Amino acid sequence: MTQRTLVGAINNALDIALETDPEVVILGEDVGINGGVFRVTEGLAAKHGRHRVQNTPLDESGIMGAAIGLAMAGMKAVPEIQFEGFLGPAYDQLVNHAARFRTRTRSAITIPLTVRVPVGGGIHAPELHSDSPEAIYAHHPGLKVVMPCTPYDAKGLLLSAINDPDPVVFFEPKRAYRSFKEEVPDEAYTIPIGEAKVVSDGDDLTVVTWGASVFQCLEAIDNQPDDVNIELIDLRTIYPYDLDTIAESVEKTGRCVIVHEAPRTAGMGAEISAAIQERCFLHLEAPVQRVTGFDTVMPYYKLELEYLPDAERIGKGISECLAY
Amino acid sequence: MSQTISEPTERAVQDQSNGPRMSDDQALEALRTMQLIREFESRTMQAYQRAKIGGFCHIYTGQEACAVGTIMSLEKTDPVVTAYRDHGHALARGMHPSACMAEMFGKLAGCAKGKGGSMHMFDRPNHLYGGHGIVGAQTPLGLGLAFACRYQLDVMGSGEKRVALCYLGDGALGQGAFYEALNLATLFSTPVIYVLENNGYSMGTALKRHAANADRLVDRAEAFGVRGVEMDGLDVMSLYEQFRPVVDDCRERQVPAFVDLKTYRYQGHSMSDPQKYRTKDEVEQYKEKDSIARLASQLMTPKDDGGRGILSEDDWSAMQKEIKDLVKEAMDFAEEAEAPGESELTTDVYANPQPNLSPQSVYGHGVKNPLL
Repeated sequence: MTQRTLVGAINNALDIALETDPEVVILGEDVGINGGVFRVTEGLAAKHGRHRVQNTPLDESGIMGAAIGLAMAGMKAVPEIQFEGFLGPAYDQLVNHAARFRTRTRSAITIPLTVRVPVGGGIHAPELHSDSPEAIYAHHPGLKVVMPCTPYDAKGLLLSAINDPDPVVFFEPKRAYRSFKEEVPDEAYTIPIGEAKVVSDGDDLTVVTWGASVFQCLEAIDNQPDDVNIELIDLRTIYPYDLDTIAESVEKTGRCVIVHEAPRTAGMGAEISAAIQERCFLHLEAPVQRVTGFDTVMPYYKLELEYLPDAERIGKGISECLAY
Repeated sequence: MSQTISEPTERAVQDQSNGPRMSDDQALEALRTMQLIREFESRTMQAYQRAKIGGFCHIYTGQEACAVGTIMSLEKTDPVVTAYRDHGHALARGMHPSACMAEMFGKLAGCAKGKGGSMHMFDRPNHLYGGHGIVGAQTPLGLGLAFACRYQLDVMGSGEKRVALCYLGDGALGQGAFYEALNLATLFSTPVIYVLENNGYSMGTALKRHAANADRLVDRAEAFGVRGVEMDGLDVMSLYEQFRPVVDDCRERQVPAFVDLKTYRYQGHSMSDPQKYRTKDEVEQYKEKDSIARLASQLMTPKDDGGRGILSEDDWSAMQKEIKDLVKEAMDFAEEAEAPGESELTTDVYANPQPNLSPQSVYGHGVKNPLL
């Protein structure tokens, strides 16, 4: 066991993947000498060689396309895109190629691809560097979308993603990159894609969230009166999401608040809310609440904290839902 | 480490100065603007380190001659578009330092009400169309701006012959969008000039490691029938004298061009760059060829010794002092300017206010129990 940050745990998972599987290739802008824009791949090129931790030009479409080509040939490509906003130029390759090749070829050609992408706000960066586009990628059949927020989960989910036979978009919440350390085993282990984690048990209300919002939700729950027991679910996988765990909890509590950074309209909260009313309608004591970002472009840093759901807004949502 | 630090790229430059000589007044103005950019950027770094500026911040120091020498060759109404290392272009295009600094501070008095920040400097009255954060994504915009210039003249019969200037860094050479733009530039015969500010590094990757056939970047443009020219981006006078004829030609014939300016940035890619990819010696070598020091020396050297002889040591000190004060004022202005209120979250998303945008009316309160 070693105390690791989220960055450290991801680095460790990549190190293990490179060590144990010669088919694993990392590629991205500055992933070599500089260790990537957030230093997640620091030291990997020196240890495993620059052909396995391949520096590329600034060329997201080329990086993604080349990674998909590698995957078509049976390799396990792990491209890094520097920020979620930079997925734009790579979108065509990811959505029109990677997501569809299994279907298009009747499984003759599959894409074992793991696209690592820093995501979300809270680090004082402007738009394109602070967005939360997980719903966009969850909407494309053929892609899996993962967003862990703890070092332990990140390592296990990343090793699952790299070994997954289908393309996975692996979102890494920037705000959690270096915010804390926890004990992470040194050896390889996996956490299945598609399993949510119950962070805290409770009978009164269910909070569903993911990414860095987990920590804001924990703070909001701490601020509740002692006699209010809230069940907090960290979704971890955005698609395919773990409806069973959510439904089991909501059937118990009858109340649910969904929290995410992304804008409200057509966000993942809308999908999960619809699924809850389909599955748990007769158990609900209150409408499903959403506490989300606003339907605006992610603001520059002065207003960033007004935009992101914080403990106060989440607490308000919880109180409204409990009072209903 | 399996990769070695790259050596400085060879910077062979064709000598083809044949344009109008920079006048004495222009030379003094160039010196003043370059020094303004340098002083502004050194204050910007201080402000960033004191957490007055959020997000990412890309410093222009070292490249001042590029923006100044090229923008001096333009008319006031020629559109300009650039990437995210954009403070220098904004100042050279005429943006007030206070508006520029306030923008980075995220204040309402910024050029975009503090909504764009360091990477997104826009100044419509001065025909600056950004400041763009996605590498290379501004290159088709430059094409579109030039298309509009030509269309407005030829089809709508308004205005005069104009050219659009579109800057890109050498990192953008990897992006496919640039080649789509070059192709369209020739197909549509649009007066767009792509100015490659070739500082030798794509973030932390040296030119020769990210660009194939790096010694002949102009070949890329010429493959699309776009005239390509290499110039020294560290000598503002020779740059102007070579660049001005390119502008005049593109304006007259309404055709595109590509200019490879050899330059160098003294700071990292952004403020958070550990700069493991180059040596301190390399940076020092370039500082010895500093464009501002060179111009100041050219202007101070007596005519008999081959200089202009139009600037005394005292003039130069006074100019530096005046600029220092101006930038200090900009800092104070940005510091004291009003911060945006929460209501600014929901403005400027659509022309008309839309439901669900407001933090006060919907999102804060959630679903109300109609029975309570």
